[in-house]
Amino acid sequence: MSAKPRHAAGVLAAFTAVALAVTACGDSSEPAGKDAKNITLTISANAIAGGKNAAGAEWIEKWVIPRFVEAQQAKGVTAKVTFVPSGVDDEQYKTKLALDLRSKGGADVIAVDGIWVGEFVQAGYLKPLSEVAGDQVDSWEGWSQIPESVQGLGSFEDKRYGIPLGTDGRVLYYNKKLFAQAGLPADWQPKSWQEILDAGAKLKALPGVTPIQINAGTAMGEATSMQGALPLLVGAGGEIYADGKWAGASQPVKDVLDFYTKVYGGGLGDPKLQQEAKGRDKSFTEFAAGKIGILAEGDYFWRSVVNPKDGIAKMADRDTTVGYAMIPAKQPGAGIRGQDFVSMSGGGVRVLNPNSKFPSQAWELLSFMHSAEAVKAELAGATRITARTDVNKEVLAADPMLNFVAEKVLPITAYRPPLAVYPQVSVALQEATADATAGRSVDEAASAYQKKVEGIVGGAGNVTS
Amino acid sequence: MAQATSPPDEMVEGARPVTGASPAPDAAGLGRARATGFLVPAMVLILVFLVVPAVWTIYLGVTNYRLTGLAAANPEIVGLDNYTEALGDERFRTSLLLTLQFVLGSAVIGQAGLGFAIAFALRDRRGPLRRVVEGFVLLSWILPSSVVAFLWIALLDRDAGTLNALLGIPGMAWLLDYPMLSIIIFNTWRGTAFSMMLYAAALENVPRSHLETARLAGASTWQQLRDVVFPRIRGHVLTNLLLISLWTFNDFAPFLITAGGPEQRSEILPVYVYKVALSGGELGFGAAISFIMLLINLVIALVYLRLLGRRKESA
Repeated sequence: MSAKPRHAAGVLAAFTAVALAVTACGDSSEPAGKDAKNITLTISANAIAGGKNAAGAEWIEKWVIPRFVEAQQAKGVTAKVTFVPSGVDDEQYKTKLALDLRSKGGADVIAVDGIWVGEFVQAGYLKPLSEVAGDQVDSWEGWSQIPESVQGLGSFEDKRYGIPLGTDGRVLYYNKKLFAQAGLPADWQPKSWQEILDAGAKLKALPGVTPIQINAGTAMGEATSMQGALPLLVGAGGEIYADGKWAGASQPVKDVLDFYTKVYGGGLGDPKLQQEAKGRDKSFTEFAAGKIGILAEGDYFWRSVVNPKDGIAKMADRDTTVGYAMIPAKQPGAGIRGQDFVSMSGGGVRVLNPNSKFPSQAWELLSFMHSAEAVKAELAGATRITARTDVNKEVLAADPMLNFVAEKVLPITAYRPPLAVYPQVSVALQEATADATAGRSVDEAASAYQKKVEGIVGGAGNVTS
Repeated sequence: MAQATSPPDEMVEGARPVTGASPAPDAAGLGRARATGFLVPAMVLILVFLVVPAVWTIYLGVTNYRLTGLAAANPEIVGLDNYTEALGDERFRTSLLLTLQFVLGSAVIGQAGLGFAIAFALRDRRGPLRRVVEGFVLLSWILPSSVVAFLWIALLDRDAGTLNALLGIPGMAWLLDYPMLSIIIFNTWRGTAFSMMLYAAALENVPRSHLETARLAGASTWQQLRDVVFPRIRGHVLTNLLLISLWTFNDFAPFLITAGGPEQRSEILPVYVYKVALSGGELGFGAAISFIMLLINLVIALVYLRLLGRRKESA
């Protein structure tokens, strides 16, 4: 009968061990909060060594963490900073973050897409920076270097929730070698949608080449909206959300769907590629292999996909082979604000986790990651438009592509509405492009879209048609 | 015997003859307090891991709870709206239909059929052939889903797929043109091992002499199966069908291959719930669909148990 007491003793010992471990974590004899001498912080980003945004992951692991730890050591603080990498689709990363924050967990410093800030705030997952980390936030030197419009990426209802990493712009990439073979100019700049289709028709003559890749369907997720439907929509003079109403089956939406039918119904694009689970990655590989003529993407494509150094689909001859042009409006002057050319922009933001155990030190880390020195180190070789004007001034001149986006594309760009319901409308739009790609008529696809949007935004009164 | 020296008192407690005013309250002779003590941990585990999540799912199912946005902070009770919306939703009904196809095709016909065929073909064989066949079938069962999914994608890929290379038809998009057939074959291949092993064991129960008698009487293979084998293993068949139907009904692995696509043509219910609840963030609606799935599972289980019960009555 001695078995039971022994069990009880075992259980008791286990409980004691756990209790001891718990108390050891929050040892009250040590100074806590702002004056803590032992701190642990984590950084989370959708970046991973050898995969997605590898350069960003490397920067965090090899530059940010050692330097921050060193700086803290100089102040007599032992910091333990870890990086939690991810290398997944943006939608999955967002879900993970939402679940983390919902359960009061997650990393201390988190990289998010600027468009998520609004819905995360509404859900109560994020708090204004100054509420999390105190007055030191407003006195940060960096704010004066970040233009007001760019700060807007990390703001919601006039409060700052995060520091923007930078912004981006969308262009048409084209393969100059294929263009030469098809008898198209090496210095290409289409002025209307028709000119894109015309170039596609010429590329179609080349064997084994898909002339145009413009993202469509739901398999590509938000990439369909950002690189396809939305730039086309603003090019047709429409906006997804304007004057308190969402775009329904309006003429611009129908124009967009019509363009998709022309590309995918006319054999200028590969409709199957739009349905594949890994279609976007595949389109990158195909472009890098010289099998796609024209591809619509953000400047992310240039710096992280075909980048000869650390891209996910490296092109050793990127600088000579890959050309880029502004996305034209339907016809000259037909774009929003009467523009000839259009673009959409977004951008990443780093936020503080309101549940952080060391909010003050987390802010130190966050602001350190956005210091001019750190931002410059992050660029190292890659090209990106940063949020900081001082850094941009230094590095802009170095890269023609960066220059092009900053000088030609950003002044004419447009942003998505930072509303929680936007992602659902975006999915409805993606489904409409899938319909058009699969061969349904424009009117059918548009009216199905109208019906879905009405359901999402609360009735026909909030939708323009 | 070693026990011979033991005094009779040291018999198992429960077997002790009842004497006087203290009757043993239970077979194990633990007493109420100790029996409760034994049961409580199990009850707590069941409560925490089974009952609470189930109740939570039911609660979520009547709210408009979302992953992000205002409805995440202040979910509102919407009654049965989620259920009526789901049942009226074409996408849900299509998904349910696809799931039934998937279960019928890959579990009932595929796994059970192929599993039985292999077991029956190998019933009298011993030696290397049987070991090799069983080895391969088992291998496809024990490999991790993610690895297997990768292999299948490599096999069926449109541009560089092994199958297209073998057949000499580059550009054939199996996963896009035949998504449902692809995942049915995938799941058949993947899950046949369980049925094979279960039927192999069941066939051992069929007396050799009965089969021989039938064969001497001139019964064809089909007649032997129908009149000799099947009546003997009916219980095993039903148990097997019950288990694999439920597993297949809730199987998420096809997502790894087709992600429910293209255009939701392979979006079985588990994938649908994942997309609605996690990708789309509609947790309330997703919970409602999960609950509907739970009810369907119960119906499937009841049907099989009914059949099993009838077998016992007639036996």
